[in-house]
Amino acid sequence: MSGAAENRMTIAAGLFGLGGILLFVGLAAAALLAQSGGVGAAGPLFDAYIWRVTRFTLLQASLSTLLSVVFAIPVARALARQASFPGRLWVLRLLALPLGLPALVGALGLIEVWGRQGLLNTALAAAGLSQPVSIYGLFGILIAHVFFNMPLAARLMLAGIERIPAEYWRTAANLGMGSSAIFRFIEWPVIRGLLPGIAGLVFMLCATSFTLVLTLGGGPAASTIEVAIYQALRFDFDPPRAIALSGLQIMLTAALLLVLKFIAPPPREGETTGRATRRFDGAAGLPRFVDRTWLIVAIAFVGLPFAAIANSGARADLPRLVGEAAFHQALAMSVAIAFLAAMISVTVTALLIRTQRLALTPRRPGMAAGLFAGAIGASTSFILLVPPVVLGAGWFLLLRPLGDVARFAPAVVVAINALMALPFVHRVLAPAMSTHATRTERLAASLGVSGFHRLRWIDWPALRKPLLMAFSFAMALSLGDLGAVALFGSQDMVTLPLLLYSRMGSYRTADAAGIALLLGLICLVLTVLGTGGEEKSPEGRGA
Amino acid sequence: MSSTLQKILSRLAIAGATVVAFSASAAAAEETLTIYTYESFISEWGPGAKVAAAFEKTCGCKVEYVGVADGVELLTRLKLEGEGSKADIVLGLDTNLVAEAKATELFAPHGLDTAGLKVPGGFSDDTFIPYDYGHFAVIYDTETLKNPPKSLKELVEGDASQKIVIEDPRTSTPGLGLLLWVKSVYGDKAGEAWAKLKDRVLTVTPGWSEAYGLFTKGEAPMVLSYTTSPAYHMVAENTERYQAASFAEGHYIQIEVAGMTKNTGEAELSRKFLTFMTGPEFQSIIPTTNWMMPVGATKEPLPEAFGKLVDPQKTFLMSPEEVAANRKAWIDEWLAAMSKN
Repeated sequence: MSGAAENRMTIAAGLFGLGGILLFVGLAAAALLAQSGGVGAAGPLFDAYIWRVTRFTLLQASLSTLLSVVFAIPVARALARQASFPGRLWVLRLLALPLGLPALVGALGLIEVWGRQGLLNTALAAAGLSQPVSIYGLFGILIAHVFFNMPLAARLMLAGIERIPAEYWRTAANLGMGSSAIFRFIEWPVIRGLLPGIAGLVFMLCATSFTLVLTLGGGPAASTIEVAIYQALRFDFDPPRAIALSGLQIMLTAALLLVLKFIAPPPREGETTGRATRRFDGAAGLPRFVDRTWLIVAIAFVGLPFAAIANSGARADLPRLVGEAAFHQALAMSVAIAFLAAMISVTVTALLIRTQRLALTPRRPGMAAGLFAGAIGASTSFILLVPPVVLGAGWFLLLRPLGDVARFAPAVVVAINALMALPFVHRVLAPAMSTHATRTERLAASLGVSGFHRLRWIDWPALRKPLLMAFSFAMALSLGDLGAVALFGSQDMVTLPLLLYSRMGSYRTADAAGIALLLGLICLVLTVLGTGGEEKSPEGRGA
Repeated sequence: MSSTLQKILSRLAIAGATVVAFSASAAAAEETLTIYTYESFISEWGPGAKVAAAFEKTCGCKVEYVGVADGVELLTRLKLEGEGSKADIVLGLDTNLVAEAKATELFAPHGLDTAGLKVPGGFSDDTFIPYDYGHFAVIYDTETLKNPPKSLKELVEGDASQKIVIEDPRTSTPGLGLLLWVKSVYGDKAGEAWAKLKDRVLTVTPGWSEAYGLFTKGEAPMVLSYTTSPAYHMVAENTERYQAASFAEGHYIQIEVAGMTKNTGEAELSRKFLTFMTGPEFQSIIPTTNWMMPVGATKEPLPEAFGKLVDPQKTFLMSPEEVAANRKAWIDEWLAAMSKN
């Protein structure tokens, strides 16, 4: 197959993928609107309440994003420089864990560290300080959001730093550049280029946060738009209002992302012969000390809540839990859903990124191509702002005429989970694929390597690491998702988070803690898979 | 290791075989009663399986459950399905949802005599029949709270350093319950009461699970739950550590109800189930599986622990219509009071 034909096929497939995503969301919203007659019952959209909730959403999400990103920078840098840090690979895995954690489990783990009876306050009390640190309020929301999102941001930044061509480090070493000069001239430009994507993702995750905000917020003054959406679809059952509020959420965030994009220009790709990376800085002295301190702080901050979750879980009757048929079924269901969702998400995203690049190839710009590329960029971002409950309810309505909805439930849940993972997968794959394309595209074309051969011999070796990382992110994400399963109410479809909530809701706190531990272990296995590219990375072999 | 693996594999095989056998038996021509309910009703320790087995013995039919997250979700599901719903029975709404459920015009009057039911607050309705109830109560940890409040007034005005975790009335039924409780006691002064109580509230969670989780982790010595909560700890965990505080003004009640749908193809069977539901067989299953109080006679006396529970002298209950008409305004009042700094 010629390169041109292949490109046309890719673009067609990309169009198809984009159309699929838009249809999936659009149909759901339309069905919900049609069912309720399209008229809102509960008065004007922008009352004082919505105004207050919107203000708080913006405030907490901005602060959470700022803190997560600022904390992530030194952590990512330390991980990049300290290749010989003991257990570095396990630190990377630890940083992927919060993704797969249901919010409630995360909140309870954080409380064991930061809560009134938590480690910190106990230690402070032992040191003679009587004023306990209170997690309930904006402070707790921020702590929780940084716990969930700093690790994600750090992993994404680290991947960016690791794509810096080896030649840069050699030159830096030859020039005798110090730690701060290296940061200014080499690392910061790369990180800055990634910031809009990373900050945008974290912002969306924090803006749509629900359980964490309510549980740790201390009172209704801390409510997000998502709470109002949930409220509109629950007691009030007012779908038009829910959809309007989702629209508000999307518009606000779109405005913010646009600003971010203008502030930070995209990075320039450096030419490289692709030799193994080896860094010569930060191996000793103050930089090493600073790096290690940041790493220890990050490990404690992310690791301690997990230790608390493991500790509570270990007190449960684990052998009985693991032997239960209900557990086996939930495990099988969760893994199957997560695997399929991750496969779809990674495939579709890779296709979309490739299409986006082809559409923007300078030789054929044009308005339509630009719009198309923009639509792909937007759809892979804003999908997070469409509440799963809206998608679930909409598809419930669409599928009902076809018979027993419970039969379709697994497919819908897989599709929703695959969609929700898109932005994560995009943030992992897009920069990696862009770097890869810049480095190999022309050479491959001039050598006439295309189709399967290019995939097998050029793309796969270079993209294996980000693909595995994206896959494990997507899978962890859907494993921890409670999402739209509940509405479909099928007895045959119990996932692990659902089982956990079910035990928790019927006083079986110990069982719930045990399931949380098991869920964490499964995610850990996934992150081992996700760092599969790391072990064989040529670090330290170069020069 | 390999034996564990074998065990898992054989269990999986059994599960697979069960599925096949199940679908085969479902194909046999038999009357089927489809009951929509909330998830915890049909969870492993919930009453669902026992209820189905007991009823199937008397009816020569098959009971099928569809379980959604909770009572509110149940109504949402029904609204989504509309006339085409395959539900014969909807079980698990509470009285606060009854007015909205009736407004859907999807339910039919049951036409049964419910005079014999013992429900405090005296709820009776031509469409919905109660099957259990529980009073809301503040549960406290006897190890950390020696002087629990003896009234709602004491809770509102008491030591602000002794915290309580409550649920959000915008998202949960216990949260709505407390809202109505405070309204019943304080009336027009409810806003002021909430403003005072605010300092005692550690946090407001989206649902009961989060609140109870924080409470059992020791984050607060009090939580809003049910008078029956201590029964679980006494019966299943053998501990009297967690107790309900009896409030002098009285307690607000949550009554769980079921009704039959207008479009059921099994009207006769549905009526039979509703009758069965208030009978001793069903009622005996409820207390130790749903952890709520029965509305009818049980076959045997309740477990000893139930005798130790707080038995409210006065019960508050507002009519479904009053709740439906005022819910939004009262939630706004709550929001205003609780959001002040």
